Amino acid sequence: MENKILKIEKFSAGYGNNYVLKGINLEIPEKKVTAIMGPSGCGKSTLIRCINRIHELNPDAIYKGHIYLNGEDIYRMNPTIVRRKIGMVFQRPNPFPTMSIYDNVIAGYTLNGIKLKRNEKDRIVEEALKKAFLWDEVKDVLHRKGTFLSGGQQQRLCIARALAMKPEILLLDEPTSALDPKATSRIEELIVELKETVTIVLVTHNISQAARVSDYTAFLYLGELMEFGPTERIFVAPKHKKTEEYLTGKFG
Amino acid sequence: MKSDSIFKAMLYTGGVIVALLVVFSFISLFRASWLSIRQFGLKFILSPVWNPVSEKFGALPFITGTLATSILALFISLPFSISIALLVGVYLPDGFLKNSLSYATDLLAGIPSIIYGFWGLFSLVPLMRKMEIKIGILPYGVGILTASIVLAIMIIPYTSSISREVISMVPEDIKEAGFALGATTREVIFKIILPYARSGIFAGILLAFGRAFGETMAVTMVIGNSNFMPKNIFSPANTMASVIANEFTEATKDIHLSSLIQIGLWLFIFTFLINLLGNIVVNKFRVESRK
Amino acid sequence: MRDNVRIIKDSLFKILVYSLAFLSIVPLLMIILQIVKNGASVITLKFFLRLPQPPGESGGGILNSLIGTFMLVILASTLAIPVGVATGIFLAEVKNKFTEFLGTLVNVLQGLPSIVVGILAYLWVVKPMGGFSAFSGAVALSIMMLPMIIKTTEETVRLIPFSLKEASFSLGANYTKTILKVIIPASAGGILSGIIIGISRIVGETAPLLFTAFGNPYVNLNPAKPVDALPLLIFNYAMSPYDEWHKIAWGTSLVLIVIVLGLNLLTKVAGKKWKTKF
Repeated sequence: MENKILKIEKFSAGYGNNYVLKGINLEIPEKKVTAIMGPSGCGKSTLIRCINRIHELNPDAIYKGHIYLNGEDIYRMNPTIVRRKIGMVFQRPNPFPTMSIYDNVIAGYTLNGIKLKRNEKDRIVEEALKKAFLWDEVKDVLHRKGTFLSGGQQQRLCIARALAMKPEILLLDEPTSALDPKATSRIEELIVELKETVTIVLVTHNISQAARVSDYTAFLYLGELMEFGPTERIFVAPKHKKTEEYLTGKFG
Repeated sequence: MKSDSIFKAMLYTGGVIVALLVVFSFISLFRASWLSIRQFGLKFILSPVWNPVSEKFGALPFITGTLATSILALFISLPFSISIALLVGVYLPDGFLKNSLSYATDLLAGIPSIIYGFWGLFSLVPLMRKMEIKIGILPYGVGILTASIVLAIMIIPYTSSISREVISMVPEDIKEAGFALGATTREVIFKIILPYARSGIFAGILLAFGRAFGETMAVTMVIGNSNFMPKNIFSPANTMASVIANEFTEATKDIHLSSLIQIGLWLFIFTFLINLLGNIVVNKFRVESRK
Repeated sequence: MRDNVRIIKDSLFKILVYSLAFLSIVPLLMIILQIVKNGASVITLKFFLRLPQPPGESGGGILNSLIGTFMLVILASTLAIPVGVATGIFLAEVKNKFTEFLGTLVNVLQGLPSIVVGILAYLWVVKPMGGFSAFSGAVALSIMMLPMIIKTTEETVRLIPFSLKEASFSLGANYTKTILKVIIPASAGGILSGIIIGISRIVGETAPLLFTAFGNPYVNLNPAKPVDALPLLIFNYAMSPYDEWHKIAWGTSLVLIVIVLGLNLLTKVAGKKWKTKF
């Protein structure tokens, strides 16, 4: 049995007086890809936004329960430290428009006020871009602004930016929903490659994407966790009726 | 249709009147300054002597006074206006506090300058006098620093409202990306928000500078009205606008009046350029951030 | 360790931002407080109904400047509103090189120092007419008001959905009728609040009146003769050496600030009510 890096216990969250997530219990295995699926509005994005404490940036945010990273309650840690250990890539690519490609990759360090030597920076940038399958495409234009890149390239730049911080967990919030099929398949290849070094939590509404890249799948419905288990088992023999209906396209 | 073309012509006329207004402003000012331009030439802006009795007119003391007060005012007001913009644009959630703060700054912008001047004369001047006695210099109370403080209070709403606008245009997702990398709010502000909003904030500063540059009443009441070159920031002085306000109705000689109008011409040219540049930068920023 | 330093810095910065922001409201409170404190005691009914008294005599009033300001505002609005509204519609409706240039000119006009506007009114009206007058003051104030009216008109008209115009055209209305009967009524609320903001701006203007309207210790209703105005009175009385006059200046400041803030409040509150919903 593999090590569980993240434990979510009786966790609820939402906005105003309205809980979108209700009493989630979930254990995320280390160095695997865990997909979180469900129809839109089921709370899957809210869930991963709670894992790196981005959710609370919204002034209406409410939450209760516990999330443990390696046994430590992240809601007792400082949020900036949590976020550095748990990287995130968003739905729409969002490179910093005022920074060059190089500065974007190293942004996690500059933002956190960490001073690095030139050659160290070069090494981190090269490593992260290589990991994100982007190095060959941008190695000659590192000091240009990242805004001229294609959508898929921008998204890989954002992945490189997150990887450069050497996070323990990488959260991907529907990372391919704004991309074309070709760019999507490159990101999917990348995800499979990356699980060698980092735990990945992937939110997707694309059922076949979950089937292609994930080892484990969690199915969320109306804010509750319906089912969790190895992806193969979920797809072949779902235990819950709602899961089956979702997977066979009966709704959503 | 005939009535349509008449109506359209009327709309055009409105536009043409406004355009002509600006053009004729320049022509009129230039013509009325001609006497003094011809007599003094470039020496007008370089000479430090302004003496209506001997009919020697050099505007350098006033140009110095204007630059000193407006630049000083800008520096004093900047930390405050940027703070308001950050508080409203970044820190405060929507709600009562945010609304009241925006509203209070709007009110601050609506108060007539004569009121600022009056308040400055009766409240700030005695305060400055006390301070000047304490540090052991001539206690005029009035002077460049006093005028700069009043000006600073007046321009806070301008810089802060433009900065607020540009800061609110910074896309939410790049701020989130910053937080997701573990940056603190301060780091997101300095490394993401301010660099993104840089040109817009610069334009706001420029427009506020333009306003401080031409402000008349508030300055006239607290600057001390001295026509000599100011020696330091406590010296009584005059700005370009305040010398016009003080001497225009008393100017009996043609050359005196023409020289005052020439100062007006320079004010016109300077503020024209500052506003032009400021508006170009703001518009460019608006277009770019909409992409 | 290093992270703690960052977190402390973050909190300190937050405290700094909060304190500086709230500190900048202090002058506003101080100004209003002081004006209310010093001004309230002189305000009686007589204050509004009497003329100024010579120094040394108490009980002077502001009737002349109250009427003067009222007259200046009416005259200036009459001059500025037609041109301003027409230009605003023109800018919103027509898109070419000239309107682009005109838009910039309007911004420049807005930034024009008020003292320069005073000089212009002096050159254009006072000199040809041979003397100071209410009319010359109104010309100066109308120039100050113009950009405000133009910009709000332009913005409001621009926000009117194209479908409204289409509907009017499809009913067979011509361009003139469409603008006059559909567009202007739909944007009336916005234009009106623009006019009120314009008035609130000019009602306190002093510099352009110094050598145009000039001031007058008596009530005058003739636009060709000088008049007094509230801000002019504040200036002249504040700079005088007499305590009695200072008191009157405080009272007048209170009146002026109530007018200005009242007008601002009116646009804020009523602006929402008048706004046409689409």
